[in-house]
Amino acid sequence: MTEPRLLLAGDSAVVVEFSDQIDPAANARVLSLDAALREANLVGVVETVPTYRSLMVQIDPLTVDFEAFTSTVMSLARAASTTIAAGTRWRVPVIYGGAFGIDLEATAERHKLTPTRLIEIHAGAVYRVYAIGFMPGFTYLGGLDPRIHTPRRMDPRMMTPAGTISIGGVQALVAGGAMPSGWHLLGRTPVRTFDAGRTPPVLFRPGDEIVFQPTPADQWEALDRRAGDGDPLAERVAP
Amino acid sequence: MTHFLVKSCGPSTSLQDHGRFGWQQYGLGPAGAMDRLAQAEANALVGNGAGAAVIELAIAGLRFVVEAGSARIALAGAEQPLSVDGTLVARAAAVTVAAGQTVEIGGVRNGRFGYLAVAGGFDVAPQLGAVAFHSRALIGGLGGRVLQAGDRLALCLAAAPAGPDLAAASGFVPRHIGPIRVVAGPQDDYFSAAGWQTFLGAAYAITANADRMGLRLTGPPIAHNAKGYNIVSDGIATGSIQVPGSGEPLILLADRQTTGGYPKIATVISADLPRLAQSGPGESLRFARVSRDEAVAALRAQASALEAFRAGLKAPGDLSLNSGQLLAVRLIDGFISATDWE
Repeated sequence: MTEPRLLLAGDSAVVVEFSDQIDPAANARVLSLDAALREANLVGVVETVPTYRSLMVQIDPLTVDFEAFTSTVMSLARAASTTIAAGTRWRVPVIYGGAFGIDLEATAERHKLTPTRLIEIHAGAVYRVYAIGFMPGFTYLGGLDPRIHTPRRMDPRMMTPAGTISIGGVQALVAGGAMPSGWHLLGRTPVRTFDAGRTPPVLFRPGDEIVFQPTPADQWEALDRRAGDGDPLAERVAP
Repeated sequence: MTHFLVKSCGPSTSLQDHGRFGWQQYGLGPAGAMDRLAQAEANALVGNGAGAAVIELAIAGLRFVVEAGSARIALAGAEQPLSVDGTLVARAAAVTVAAGQTVEIGGVRNGRFGYLAVAGGFDVAPQLGAVAFHSRALIGGLGGRVLQAGDRLALCLAAAPAGPDLAAASGFVPRHIGPIRVVAGPQDDYFSAAGWQTFLGAAYAITANADRMGLRLTGPPIAHNAKGYNIVSDGIATGSIQVPGSGEPLILLADRQTTGGYPKIATVISADLPRLAQSGPGESLRFARVSRDEAVAALRAQASALEAFRAGLKAPGDLSLNSGQLLAVRLIDGFISATDWE
């Protein structure tokens, strides 16, 4: 197991890096350190940003005792567990293909699969939430079937819709809001991954699992209306 | 209840406070005033805490009418003229405005972001724990948006607090001059020695892509080393300097994304974020590397200067104008007599 590294992100944040790769054990260490830091409730810690492979800790440079803080953080990091209990498993409705997933056919063709088979493969996996990042509710997933690993597009699209279900390289994504993207758009979910007006605003957390439920296109309107009214739509299911 | 009725404003006029913390783990960046020092100065002039919600003006001006009661206001940050019913108000001074009066703030003459504070603050419901408007997520501000003509902003106080309007004897807190200071990292080891030399030796111009999210710079490309320019996305701090494949840096600011996949060569120190925020398209930046200790010392010095600013505020009758202040006053109006302080 690699020794965690302490990196400086200016005077107001440090990054504890466990790996430079996507790796479940490193992600578990990130989440375990995050939980330990919350428990330790150190003076001067403002907030944390868990990612695939590192934990950014934002600090107040004027109140933190930096030496003591870094020494505590690094000993917690060395003790961080490489496994974590699985979080909630969520079933997320997805409308695949057509106007909802404009790259479905081309992606299937690229892998010499029928669109139906591609949907089966994509919806047949159990994904793990590695990180929420970039913009509100963007949910980065690991667990994409190697048969459909797909390099990013050469020309990113200037805008892709909120709720887009896409794949890029070895990663899969549930997009929060609209964003420019070079990933391949397979479908769309009416689920609002982040809704400031809902309590809680966030559905998925790092460590949770996600399965996709292929859903007929004619259900979009009704589901989207429900989601707009605050219905999470995503259901908790037993692992 | 006392209100400000907005008659006109620029397209990016927003309510900002100290920022929203605890939400980066869910992808929502902190937002908050771009120039925290100016925000604190405006708030100090009216007796508020440093992080109280203010109106952030971006390049453009603002005109509003006071409805009922009265209010004490102050402007700081970018240089822009403030007048009440056509009478110019001195810079670095609070002024009390009464019902029916029109407050007009002109466009910026120097800098980018102006801050209008009101004694007691604005009576606006926070969203997710803060008033700060996030321009990408459309969270906070006035119901998830910027200000627009016709908005009525409620104030917490019905009338200006008792006592005189205060002013700063020696103007605003001086800003550091010289290169923007940075602390190396977190991905300083993704750049070659030549890349570092370019970064610290060259001048970078701010392009038109400059907003609350960040500044895109143009200048000599910064060379990565053999590790390349893709990393598995990790956390981004305010002031992070990302270097994508083009080698031209981007500085990420208040409304930034929370994670990113380009190596970050360095991070702008907190003490220099305010003056960086006031730099805009066409301006040229240079960078100087400092240690984290030096960065913290600079921030402490700034905090002390702000404390001295607050402690030194006086009623104008107690002020004896010094030459620096006269200069600041002339910058606004070309010529203005000392009696205009009354």
